[in-house]
Amino acid sequence: MAPVTPALVAAIREKRYARARGAVPHVALAGLSLQVAAGEFVALVGPSGCGKTTFLNIVAGLDRDFDGEVRLAPRPDGEAARVGYVFQEPRLLPWRTVYENIALVLPPHRADVRLQDMLQAVGLPQARDLYPLQLSVGMSRRVAIARAFAIVPDLLLMDEPFVSLDHDTVEQLRDLLLKLWHARPTTVLFVTHDIREALVLADRLVLLSGTPGRVLADVPVGLARHRRHSGAEIERLRDEILRRHRELIGAAAAPATSES
Amino acid sequence: MSAATTAQRASSWMAASSMAQRIGSVVLFLVVWQIVADVVHSRLLPSASAVFAVLGQEAVHGPLLFHLGITLARVAAAFVIAMAVGTAIGIVMGRSRTLDALFDSWLVLLLNLPALVIIVLAYVWFGLTEAAAIGAVAVNKIPNTAVTLREGARALDRRYSDMAASFRVGRWRTLRHVILPQLYPYVFAAARSGLALVWKIVLIVELLGRSNGVGFEIQLYFQQFDVTRILAYSIAFMVVIQVIEWAIFQPLERRAARWRQ
Repeated sequence: MAPVTPALVAAIREKRYARARGAVPHVALAGLSLQVAAGEFVALVGPSGCGKTTFLNIVAGLDRDFDGEVRLAPRPDGEAARVGYVFQEPRLLPWRTVYENIALVLPPHRADVRLQDMLQAVGLPQARDLYPLQLSVGMSRRVAIARAFAIVPDLLLMDEPFVSLDHDTVEQLRDLLLKLWHARPTTVLFVTHDIREALVLADRLVLLSGTPGRVLADVPVGLARHRRHSGAEIERLRDEILRRHRELIGAAAAPATSES
Repeated sequence: MSAATTAQRASSWMAASSMAQRIGSVVLFLVVWQIVADVVHSRLLPSASAVFAVLGQEAVHGPLLFHLGITLARVAAAFVIAMAVGTAIGIVMGRSRTLDALFDSWLVLLLNLPALVIIVLAYVWFGLTEAAAIGAVAVNKIPNTAVTLREGARALDRRYSDMAASFRVGRWRTLRHVILPQLYPYVFAAARSGLALVWKIVLIVELLGRSNGVGFEIQLYFQQFDVTRILAYSIAFMVVIQVIEWAIFQPLERRAARWRQ
């Protein structure tokens, strides 16, 4: 059961990208508000280009040029919340070994013990001294996930981490993610455009509009986790949510089209 | 036999054959030199064998090694200063548009300032001192290094910096593990051309305002028209520089590129 204290409160009034002098700036997000409870697994679902990555970068503190607020609950010891980030591509430093890549994000004196555990947990105990170019695509993703979990994050951001992988690898990685998340509970904000994936993983789906991104609907996943393997129920839910999402996007876009 | 060992053998065979070609080329040069010198038969074009005989004699009984050491120390000092300062300037200018716009013309000016002018001004302003000599050489190389490293800093991959920032990797560790490894190819490029440039300019500062070193000796033998010794000293130093390239630069570069294989 998730406690009630929100791990993340975000209210983005507006995020715009400057364009060349004179041109109209591109508004990526407008009125995107979101609250995530500690320990909750939330999937952000939206069409591509709707500002999902922009939003994650703002939450991660990479982008400070926006109008709005983002608050992360501090750790019990009063320190700032730790954020783990799994990017769309693994983003491992190719010139550092697997071990060095994970050690980089850990406090220096704590690296060794946690690291071996982490590699074990993602099923790569032998990969420690390999360079990223020597890893398969699936292995690289595992290392990226291990890196994010290794810091014992208070908030884990995942930006479509399983795109452009074959079906079997994706299945394995999803199972791995859930296994890790159960063993090392944390708050997760998972971005995807795949409703089926969101249904398999998340406690709650947050449906986003097209550009500029804002929240259209909040859909709790009622299905117990052990029943999510049955394809039929996932499919039924998916169809329902997909239909609703399309209607909402259509409704949101309608005034804009009638204006033009 | 596996494909890997075949490939390894092929590559080591190729390395050996390219080494043989190199040696062959040097030997050919020496032979041509020897023949031309024998035909011309002039005091102003000593034969290869005469030059190498003097080289050996100067190394064992003469002051060649002393002067070589002095010059090498100057090359090392000027090289280290030029690389450190040039790299720092290059990174800063590559990262900051404002500073780049502000100082770009300075860099162009320095790049176009003849080495001789910098040396003469350094001696005039700071006296015929060791610091002026080494400083003048470094200033000759700094703009070159800065321009190369600026290219590198502009090409830095933002995605890796973002990764480091999101995981709160500290400034120093980000520089060491994320930024510098991306700059190594540029550092090596600057170092190679730098060594070649620095040692030639060191000879000129020695010739103009020092009382020891290979450049000073060459000036001395120039006054005596002793071409044999001029060539002996130059060859000795060229060999030293080539050895530094083979024994230090190339292994370091291979080490830095280890992850690519």
